[in-house]
Amino acid sequence: MKIALLGNPNTGKSSVFNMLTGLRQQVGNFPGVTVDKKFGVFNLANEEHTLIDFPGTYSIYPRSKDEQVVYDVLKNDQHPDYPELAIVVADESNLERNLFLFTQVYDLQIPVILVLNMADLAKKNGKSINIPALEEAFPGAKIVETTARIGMGKERLLQSIQSISKEKHTERFYANARICDLDDSKGQETEATERYSLINTILKRVQTTSTTKTEPTSNKLDRILVHPIFGYLIFGAILMIIFQFIFAFAAYPMDFIDGVFADFSAWLSQELPRGLFSDLISQGIVPGIGGVLVFIPQIALLFFFIALLEESGYLARVVFIMDRIMRPLGLNGKSVVPLLSSVACAIPGVMATRTISDWKERMITILVAPLMSCSARIPVYTLLIALVIPKQTVLGFLNLQGLVLFGLYTLGLVAALLIAALLKLLMKTREKGFLLLELPSYKSPRWGNVGITVWEKVKVFVWDAGKVILAISIILWALATFGPGDRMEKAALRAKNHAKELKLSNEDSERFVASAKLENSYIGIMGKGLEPVIKPLGYDWKIGISLITSFAAREVFVGSLATIYAVQEDGGENKRLIDRMRSEKRADGTPVYSLASGASLMVFYVFAMQCMATLAVVKRETKSWKWPLIQMGFMGALAYLGAFITYLILS
Amino acid sequence: MSKALSSIKPGQLVTVCCIQDSELKPKLMEMGLIAGKEVRVLFRAPFGDPIAIDVHGYVLSLRLDEAGLIQVNETIGSEVFA
Repeated sequence: MKIALLGNPNTGKSSVFNMLTGLRQQVGNFPGVTVDKKFGVFNLANEEHTLIDFPGTYSIYPRSKDEQVVYDVLKNDQHPDYPELAIVVADESNLERNLFLFTQVYDLQIPVILVLNMADLAKKNGKSINIPALEEAFPGAKIVETTARIGMGKERLLQSIQSISKEKHTERFYANARICDLDDSKGQETEATERYSLINTILKRVQTTSTTKTEPTSNKLDRILVHPIFGYLIFGAILMIIFQFIFAFAAYPMDFIDGVFADFSAWLSQELPRGLFSDLISQGIVPGIGGVLVFIPQIALLFFFIALLEESGYLARVVFIMDRIMRPLGLNGKSVVPLLSSVACAIPGVMATRTISDWKERMITILVAPLMSCSARIPVYTLLIALVIPKQTVLGFLNLQGLVLFGLYTLGLVAALLIAALLKLLMKTREKGFLLLELPSYKSPRWGNVGITVWEKVKVFVWDAGKVILAISIILWALATFGPGDRMEKAALRAKNHAKELKLSNEDSERFVASAKLENSYIGIMGKGLEPVIKPLGYDWKIGISLITSFAAREVFVGSLATIYAVQEDGGENKRLIDRMRSEKRADGTPVYSLASGASLMVFYVFAMQCMATLAVVKRETKSWKWPLIQMGFMGALAYLGAFITYLILS
Repeated sequence: MSKALSSIKPGQLVTVCCIQDSELKPKLMEMGLIAGKEVRVLFRAPFGDPIAIDVHGYVLSLRLDEAGLIQVNETIGSEVFA
């Protein structure tokens, strides 16, 4: 049986979902729209039920594209996801507003169970409900009280799912009920007034409140957390802690994953019989998968913290204090989370923009999010910094290399904000942005929910980024393995003889040959073709090759250079590669990697949209190629100009 | 006489009178801002915008231009928490 799970935001809807389905959850798409369809299965009396988690809404009339799926599905009984039963989760301590959605669903005559969740909180607030009396007002519906956070009420809920009649009831709560068209605001206004007046009549009968005075729900925590000074200080401190975890502590598991995959691919290339297919596996597929998995620790940690902040209710306060600052930039308080996520990876960042109901603010957030320096840029930054920035202390205590790294992150952030402000002027829209955000009461986080969120985000990243990165890794492998005619074979032979003359060791001569082959492969030829274009930036064709290969993922830049310069990769330090790059000279004897060309490359990587996986996700989220192409265009222009100017100034 | 909700000081209890016609009107009403509803302005964000109000048991935040659409009457004799 298909069951729809509906409810207002912040009612513990996801706790109910997790309580019923546990870890048997999947994510799909509603047909025709990009909204995630989260669903899970559970068995009840030998029957399998599918529970579909709809976006949290206050009404069946949507406020954002995301929410429209509720209206589209519930209004159309021919829809493939039309439910045979609806479960509406309501916050018992705030029934008035929660009953609004419930009565709408009831009036659609879908069999419905009302779950009064957070019963414990309601009791604490001195509110109690006469459930039989409330049930009487809704013939055909069932009402169950739960505290899903601690798993209380699960049996009662399962029983009602089993016992409720699956026939559509004929009653209506609001006698004049008709579901308005989406653009009929007058109808919706009348409906709101009359529905609320009916709800209040019922509530007066069934609800008793032991305390008569209406205390403001704001508590002492809010005085501090939204304070003009402490509010920002606390948010800043929390960010510092998060970044400390992402950058310092995530490095250990990342190095581990990196090492495992490097060893595994080395082992494979030794053990597998020599041949094209083995090469594809050991040089294309395995490193490709490794390149995706290596980012899991950072992404998992970041989403662990974001989920924690969200669960506790603090994140809504961040939106609240940041909204006014973000607005002149064409952004929304809700843009903070996507931009923050993009520091780990732009893919979950772009997906996190779905909560922004205003189209223009959402689009601007998506367009600028990849300008935030993501974790794939770190290997590139650290290599280049070690290469051209001297280990110096400035002003007595600041490490110059660290300062440059900080500068690169700042450059990305400032560019994101400035471009956002520019896009605000350029993009036309008739709709006006709005906030209308509920500040939920503070709660201690439910670890199960936090864990499931992290698991979901990691899964989405591995799948979405993974398939694109893997596909491109294979294409790039092919372009680097094949060349026109017998050009590669000839070059390899020449290199082999040359290596013999130089009396190189076996390993060194193999690398020598690999480098010669790469130079004459299709990708080598493309790199050379690119040289005239990138020369003004201070790059040669070898860098050109690496720019092309890092289109799959930026960090591939480092590995490509290692292959081109025929040096062995030696993990995090890259000592050998750096020494080799230092000795690389141009025709006129000047070093290829000077301060000017190195800095120019760094600036290039800050701005350039070197990530096909992000482009694919932006295409999916905006449902057209227009936006990813615009994004790639302006970021590319910014990268080229920025790198050009940097090179010009420093040389 | 009614005033815009955006001009109300934190701590004050007011009654919703009416909402200006706009695309946002049905949304505000669905959130419970119905004529006759008592709401209390709780606090403002650091730059005075957005504001947070208590709508019968839950806290709603609105931008000032959103709050400006809502006309309210001051409730007489309301005590001030702030």
